[in-house]
Amino acid sequence: MFDRRDLLKGAGFAALAATLHSTRALALDTVTLPFANGERPLVKYPQKRPMIGLTSRPPQLETPFAIFNDGPITPNNAFFVRYHLSDLPYNLDPDKFTLEVKGKVDKPLKLSLKDIRKMKATEIVAVAQCSGNSRGFFEPRVAGGQLANGAMGCARWRGVPLKAVLEMAGVQSGAKQVTFGGMDGPVSDKTPDFVKALDIAHASDGEVMLAYGMNGEDLPFLNGFPLRLIVPGYYGTYWVKHLNEITVVDNVYDGFWMKSAYRIPDTPDNSIEPGTTPKATIPINRFTIRSFITSVPDGAKLKAGRTTLRGIAFDGGKGIKEVQVSTDGGKSWVSARLGKDLGKYAFREWKLPVKLAAGNVELKVRATGNGGETQPDTPRWNPAGYLRNVVETIRVSVA
Amino acid sequence: MQRTVLLAVSFAVGLTAATAAPVNYQLPDEVAAFKPGPDLEVVKGNCSACHSADYIKTQPPMKDKKGFWQAEVTKMIKVYGAPIDDADVGKIVDYLAATY
Repeated sequence: MFDRRDLLKGAGFAALAATLHSTRALALDTVTLPFANGERPLVKYPQKRPMIGLTSRPPQLETPFAIFNDGPITPNNAFFVRYHLSDLPYNLDPDKFTLEVKGKVDKPLKLSLKDIRKMKATEIVAVAQCSGNSRGFFEPRVAGGQLANGAMGCARWRGVPLKAVLEMAGVQSGAKQVTFGGMDGPVSDKTPDFVKALDIAHASDGEVMLAYGMNGEDLPFLNGFPLRLIVPGYYGTYWVKHLNEITVVDNVYDGFWMKSAYRIPDTPDNSIEPGTTPKATIPINRFTIRSFITSVPDGAKLKAGRTTLRGIAFDGGKGIKEVQVSTDGGKSWVSARLGKDLGKYAFREWKLPVKLAAGNVELKVRATGNGGETQPDTPRWNPAGYLRNVVETIRVSVA
Repeated sequence: MQRTVLLAVSFAVGLTAATAAPVNYQLPDEVAAFKPGPDLEVVKGNCSACHSADYIKTQPPMKDKKGFWQAEVTKMIKVYGAPIDDADVGKIVDYLAATY
């Protein structure tokens, strides 16, 4: 993956430039993600520590993978950033911010941030993961944001249940879906604005949340300040940032970002033969189950003997039942000890003491969820580069 | 003056809901640039309005470069509504296929 030392080099800069007003691009360093054309600048943005720069306009930042070894909560200043459209509300005024709730409701609402903060707050620890996380590892390669494994993060979100807001507005009978729009938008009015939809039952499940807080602070601007949608267990595409428009509709919303984009093959495992086109598709939805070794980067040189491997696992909301580790390329597997359970939507830490013999060693990790779902030995493929969850392999040389 | 604003903003974003000022978030300057190549000005003129050059630079190396970039330019026009003149489409595809 990438070397922790790269990160340390940047840390001094982070302290120097930790304001909202660093207008100079600071070329800190570069990192090379482990796929062809994987060189990226390490960039410093306001409110963020040095991050892997994917694109600058709109801003897209990937979390350096070593950070996932620091604990199950991803710090706000290391949390990944993904936008589609370049017109961001850089100058939004939180005092004038209004969330509008409209459509098929008895009482349309206009709520200020203060109104929302006065409501009874709830918290949930949940992973946000970009649909295209790990797209750079797809073979054959596919177009789109070429990410390694760092477009994910786990935070403690604080806000109000969407259900409570919908109840205040009074959803009318016949409502089918709820759509969500944010303050960010396209540069051209010919570009479809970013709007996502959830079924009314899902939107009213009490878990889907309007969050203003993240790990005890306000949301960072690039993570959706002042309010974003939290859809636990679902890919980040639904987690609309700068959320200011909620509309209850009596049809299945057919805007571009639901009907044409963010679709996965409608096959049993949502994959198809590499390089082919799916016959039918459905909207992307829950995360596939994944696990990672975080304590050892790929290509590391380790000493023979005893060491403890550490990592994380998560899934789409069933929760992690078991994590198994192999130190012999997948021939034999041993169950790891799971860390504290922060909830079924959170990163679950694991660790396992192992004894490594000298030689080239393939370390593998495989999670199983409470629903029995596990990770495949060979990668599944789809043309948009979504859902990657193959058993990860870390190659190390032991001496 | 600048300093006062800066302090107010840091306070507003970092600490509490009792906010007092617009966010005024400022991105670092854009440094990603298009590589030199044929019809560079046409490419800059058409592609830069909506996104930075690194969107192109970070795409994977494909076997069928021309087919890949033709599909991407078509997507920009048909899906995202990029107002690209018919006469420019071939030039942009040729530049991308030759340069990336």
